[in-house]
Amino acid sequence: MVETGHFALVLAFAMALVQSVVPITGARTGDERLMAVGAPAAIACFLLTALSFAALVTAYVQSDFSVVNVWENSHSLQPLIYKITGTWGNHEGSMLLWVLILTLFGSLVALFGRNLPPSLKATVLSVQGWIGAAFFLFILTTSNPFTRLIPAPIEGRELNPILQDMGLAVHPPLLYLGYVGFSISFSFAVAALIEGRIDAAWARWVRPWTLLAWLCLTGGISMGSYWAYYELGWGGFWFWDPVENASFMPWLAGTALLHSALVMEKRSALKIWTILLAILTFSFSLLGTFLVRSGVLTSVHAFATDPSRGIFILCILTLFIGGSFALFALRSNALVSGGLFHPISREGALVLNNLFLTTAAATVLVGTLYPLAVEALSKDRISVGAPFFELTFVPLMVPLLLAVPFGPMLAWKRGDLYAAGQRLFAAFACALLIGICVLLFVDRTAVLAACGIGLAAWLLLGALTDLVLRSGIGSVPAYVAWRRLVGLPRSVFGTALAHMGLGLTLLGIVSVTTFQGEKIVALNPGENLTVSGYVLHFEGMKAGQGPNFTESRGVFDIMSSGGASLGKIVSSKRFFPARQTPTTEAGIRTFGLSQLYVSLGDPDASGAMVVRAWWKPLVLLIWLGGVVMMLGAATSLFDRRLRVGAPSRRRKAASKLAESPS
Amino acid sequence: MTRKQKRLSMIAGALVFLGAATTLTFVALGQKASYFYMPSDLKTAIVEPGQHIRLGGLVAKNSIVHGKGAEIAFGVTDDKDTVKVTYTGILPDLFREGQGVVTEGSFRSDGVFVADSVLAKHDERYMPKEVAEGLKEKGVWQPD
Repeated sequence: MVETGHFALVLAFAMALVQSVVPITGARTGDERLMAVGAPAAIACFLLTALSFAALVTAYVQSDFSVVNVWENSHSLQPLIYKITGTWGNHEGSMLLWVLILTLFGSLVALFGRNLPPSLKATVLSVQGWIGAAFFLFILTTSNPFTRLIPAPIEGRELNPILQDMGLAVHPPLLYLGYVGFSISFSFAVAALIEGRIDAAWARWVRPWTLLAWLCLTGGISMGSYWAYYELGWGGFWFWDPVENASFMPWLAGTALLHSALVMEKRSALKIWTILLAILTFSFSLLGTFLVRSGVLTSVHAFATDPSRGIFILCILTLFIGGSFALFALRSNALVSGGLFHPISREGALVLNNLFLTTAAATVLVGTLYPLAVEALSKDRISVGAPFFELTFVPLMVPLLLAVPFGPMLAWKRGDLYAAGQRLFAAFACALLIGICVLLFVDRTAVLAACGIGLAAWLLLGALTDLVLRSGIGSVPAYVAWRRLVGLPRSVFGTALAHMGLGLTLLGIVSVTTFQGEKIVALNPGENLTVSGYVLHFEGMKAGQGPNFTESRGVFDIMSSGGASLGKIVSSKRFFPARQTPTTEAGIRTFGLSQLYVSLGDPDASGAMVVRAWWKPLVLLIWLGGVVMMLGAATSLFDRRLRVGAPSRRRKAASKLAESPS
Repeated sequence: MTRKQKRLSMIAGALVFLGAATTLTFVALGQKASYFYMPSDLKTAIVEPGQHIRLGGLVAKNSIVHGKGAEIAFGVTDDKDTVKVTYTGILPDLFREGQGVVTEGSFRSDGVFVADSVLAKHDERYMPKEVAEGLKEKGVWQPD
């Protein structure tokens, strides 16, 4: 089975080479038979990679320690779910997942791209093939997951205990779906440059793929953030860690791409810029892969440092980014731009969005790469952390968020800012009132927090205002308004949901950073600790046993300040004997959207347990906002799909009509 | 305004914006980036009390002292010099004597380093990168 997997991987590489060369040759020479090779080659490539991946998963499930990769990252006592997820909890396996998803997207284009012009489709599939071939070669030469180990050890070294969590089942696959999904926009952009032709239809084809990738990336990032929050025991949700930044940069650029593709689709303006953004977004994805996989950075995500891998990925990075930018420089002036617009218009607002988002992505890039540059040029080692990003990223986001509700209110081509302001007046007044209320009734010193909460309310109410005005709620009879609301295009709901999600996330972040309560104390059994009005009564430590770990659990009774019992909270320290590794499992108890969070330290000098407890008000909104953004993208995607499908159905109907007289 | 003037003014606006963002970025880099030191670097480097830095090395043998409550003191060493560090909070799971550690914080006027965060390696196999390289340069650490 393992050899079958290895062989399938080699065949997939060969198939990727066919896919790289044949369809594009057909497209350049106008040979339809060669172009037609693209789709079956892409599908075969995916099936072979899937077979290879299945072989590796099987080796993990069977605990086949004659495979080095399994021996290093699995253990026979590990629960089945962690045996399976352990497949991608290491460098080699995660690269295999990467190409699996890449070929999955390639085959989806092959399957669903029926109404694409054949030469464009062939070229897109070839560009996908280039990326695939490069990464297959990378895996086969530097990171082969199927390497055997003889003689086979009887027991494995176990998956890193921090990774033994459901988060590993969700976060990496979603994140990769996002990262790699942007390869489709990239391939479309490169294909458009090669073909030298681009129109609004191009944007209509690219947008659903971009939306899908964005949806997954949003999910991957929020899920990763929640995982870090509950697993690391530090109670933080974002650390501006270089690896987090690596996933955040494609998100920022991808968000910009979504918006600029909209302008291109509707008004056929911003063509060159959209192409550039599509290239840029996937370049950020590749850069992220390089930063994480090469080991130039220290983080939980860097599994091992091996210079040959770093250099190989750096070569892929240079080749693809350099190549696509060179192509862009050569061919972009051949693209004719159209659709003039006034600065105050929907297009203008979307340009503003792009300006802010790409600049924000650039500051994150500078902050992430600066330490590497400094280390290479001088001998100094520096780190750029949260204070830098708070000083640069936040000032860029505030004006952007203030402008968000105006965007959907402005008309295409030439908008009326004054009229938009009038329509948003109620939302603005409410947001201001909410901000003032926070200042007066919650905390008189929290000026910044009041502004932040006001801003979040502005985003939420602004998005709602758009729906209200479009449906005419309040100005027409209720049943008419309802009919209009239901009849609105899905993408309008998509926009409103995505912007509301942003508001919810912001509300969560502001609330937690300003109003969270924190206590660190040493407790003996029977003693109490009070945090933000909640009393935690420490009952003591109890020993426990898991399938592959032992643990000591700290049990706490939660009481309100009045003495009413609110249940129990259990926080534990685990010890995994196979790796001789301890981990901290935070105890978390949810109250509505807020959480009590308890993590255990070591005993102090007198033997009392050191306990760190937080009250995190509205913390769940941070990730719930992400979920709402995903819902928005999904709603919009649904709309798109129907519209993309429409022309082909009409064409079929027309061809039927044409056939019927004969 | 003609179309050309309009376009020029938009480009000028964007450039002013980008200029402001760039200035902000470099000011922030100058102020907010923190430097990494090993204990023996501190003999030659000038680090003012209160200046935020990262201090890395190995946790010195027999140096961990649990104080009152969550207060902990330990030494960070590179086998040439040792710096005394205090920290209030919960130490990372893989914090042990003889293991690599990176602390962030600043010196008090009495020369004790007050850490506001402590990072240990996240996996028993790997050392924090800066620490590994620093120790290699000083010839203390041999990769196993």
